[in-house]
Amino acid sequence: MANTISIILLILLGLSLVYVLVRTLKGNPIGRRIVFLYVAIAAAIPLFMDLEVPLPITTDVRNLYDALEKLPDGSKVMAAFDYDPPSAPELQPMAVAFMKYAFKRDFKIIIMGLWPQGPIQANMAIDEAMQDPEIAAKNLQYGVDYVNLGFQSGNEFVIQSMGTAFKTMFPKDYRTTPYDSIPLMRNIVNFSNIDFVMNFSSGEPGTIQWVQIAVDRFGSVLGAGNTAVQAPQVYPYLRAGQMVGLLGGMSGAAEFEKITAEKGKASTFILSQMIAHAIVIILILIGNVAYFSEKRKKK
Amino acid sequence: MRREIPLIITTVTGLVFAISYFIPHMPFGNSENIFGEWISIVQAFAIWLGVLNLVKVSIDKILSKKGDAYYSYIVIISLGIMLIVGFWDGLSGLYADPPYPVIDDSTSFYWIFKNIYTPLTSTMFAMLAFFVASASYRAFRARNFQATLLLIAGFFVMGGRVPLFDLMISGITDVPVFSHFADWIMTYPNTAGQRAIMIGIALGIMSSSLRIILGIERSHIGGKS
Amino acid sequence: MSLILARKEKRSSMDIGMFFAALLTLGIFSFLYKDNPVYKVCEAIFVGVSAGFWAITYFFDNIHKKFWLGVFPQEGDSPDYWLWGGAILGFLMLLRISNKIGWIARWPLSFIVGATAGLYMMLYFVSNALNQVADTMMPIVAYASDNSVLWLDTFGNFIVVLGVVTGLIYFFFSKEHKGLFGTGAQVGTWFLMITFGASFGYTVMSRMSLLIGRLDFLFGDWLGLF
Repeated sequence: MANTISIILLILLGLSLVYVLVRTLKGNPIGRRIVFLYVAIAAAIPLFMDLEVPLPITTDVRNLYDALEKLPDGSKVMAAFDYDPPSAPELQPMAVAFMKYAFKRDFKIIIMGLWPQGPIQANMAIDEAMQDPEIAAKNLQYGVDYVNLGFQSGNEFVIQSMGTAFKTMFPKDYRTTPYDSIPLMRNIVNFSNIDFVMNFSSGEPGTIQWVQIAVDRFGSVLGAGNTAVQAPQVYPYLRAGQMVGLLGGMSGAAEFEKITAEKGKASTFILSQMIAHAIVIILILIGNVAYFSEKRKKK
Repeated sequence: MRREIPLIITTVTGLVFAISYFIPHMPFGNSENIFGEWISIVQAFAIWLGVLNLVKVSIDKILSKKGDAYYSYIVIISLGIMLIVGFWDGLSGLYADPPYPVIDDSTSFYWIFKNIYTPLTSTMFAMLAFFVASASYRAFRARNFQATLLLIAGFFVMGGRVPLFDLMISGITDVPVFSHFADWIMTYPNTAGQRAIMIGIALGIMSSSLRIILGIERSHIGGKS
Repeated sequence: MSLILARKEKRSSMDIGMFFAALLTLGIFSFLYKDNPVYKVCEAIFVGVSAGFWAITYFFDNIHKKFWLGVFPQEGDSPDYWLWGGAILGFLMLLRISNKIGWIARWPLSFIVGATAGLYMMLYFVSNALNQVADTMMPIVAYASDNSVLWLDTFGNFIVVLGVVTGLIYFFFSKEHKGLFGTGAQVGTWFLMITFGASFGYTVMSRMSLLIGRLDFLFGDWLGLF
């Protein structure tokens, strides 16, 4: 029922754009508040729909997944959470899917953040992952199977110092447990003891710094999940092999959920994303049709 | 004294970090680590400097009794509440058995983070969606060849990164043509452009850094370069 | 359109925190109609709460956990006296607030600027210049494992080389953009425009995602409509 009503509303929304086109062609474009309303409706209506769109897996996501698949069970993986709540709609679904995948593979996860909000977002992702019955049955122990080292200030200098010893920058975890008292950290000195670094980043400090220091200076293997704004900037690193894979924005998150079979929020958001894109594309087209029509009239 | 000491500090620290990239041993490697820890601490103090400055600016506004001084009261009150709650929770957590952090989900600090900070900061950024759409409708025109290229690239990336265009041609083919094309744009032309910008910026940063280390660029100590 | 039906779990929660969160969300969104006092109040709360959040997290994660517990360790660890250097520089930084002796804040500032310059010089040289040039100078013709030519990849490699070289020509201002050099710069702008177009597409994707996140909160988490 909700699907039928939503689809009807979307069709009506689409038809009303004809009126927008006519008005714009007459040299009377719609006001910005009407544009706002179109965007809000286009993004909101699909949230009420129980529809799943077929999503192809892009090369960057597949490469990241393949790199993770090659890791033996029980590998030591560092998860760096370098983002804050505004970027959570894009990055949190990636983080949750990654945590679920990693816990199911028995990876030992070391969490840290170069942003103060990062470790909080990490705890939220862990809580959500723990609700999975398969993971809950494993009875994972904090400090043994995963640890949250917390946040440390200093941006890229934190990664730089961690190249010598993690303990230099994180003498205690986020609960103030001494580094040496954490069972998981006993045999971990620096990046040479870590099998894979996964970075969730929405800006700087973030993926760029992890590439420059952890990868190029200390030889780590890096995969990343980025906000869509940041993703295009890291493609040169991806092509040069400085990163093994990339999850870019909401579509990257949805693809990762699909390939790991850990359906989550990104998979449900992607329909809204699609309709919102459609509205922006149509608005651009209407604006340009009116522009060329006016240009022809002037000639 | 006011100029010379900062210049010496800049040069010495700059050289330590540059040389330790090649010689990560005594004395450069150790100095680099110690300096890294110092920067971490200085940054924390710098945040507090920012907070003190915010208080100062807000008080100045209140004293000036201008029209929007009322909002400065709200800034100071909300800052004060956050600091009181944060210190209370943080110190309580330190002396509890077992200790818990200030960001633990049982604290009032976390409650404010989740229910006040998160919606405010998230909505601020979410509003940009409306302005991007409005600007696209009003100003994004294919006025010349370059603008057309920009528009076409944006068009195919927007339609290809989500299954929008592929669904439209799903009656003709099951191959995700537009997804592959968006992938191709990102992997080749986008990479080429980003790389040209990246190399250009890198060369700029390298030359600026060298000027700073050699003391030619002095704007950070209040002098002309 | 091949749309596959999927199940969604109903969720609804009504607590005072969520009510506040929804109220503040709507308060910020009210700016979309026009600038108004409700928005300004929300904005002022945002500034104060953000500053408080950063101050507290930096205090407990760094000043307390790193510096204080480093120089006054518990459980018999040896103190790290080197950390006093950072605290002294940090204290000098705070003096910036004073009009009389504010100049002394240039010392920690110089320390940070010098360290950043030294570190960045090498990082950007290796990662953003050297490695990028090295990857661009790869063989253009791509071969499959059976030695057959991969035409699409070869074309892509050619595009990357052409785009990087012409893009760099465009950024080279020491020679006038005329003749063959000018044509190169012109082609460079085409690549840059495609790059900006791709970035624009991704920016739209990002901004819409953030909006969807807020709408999901309002209609799903708060009102429990789905």
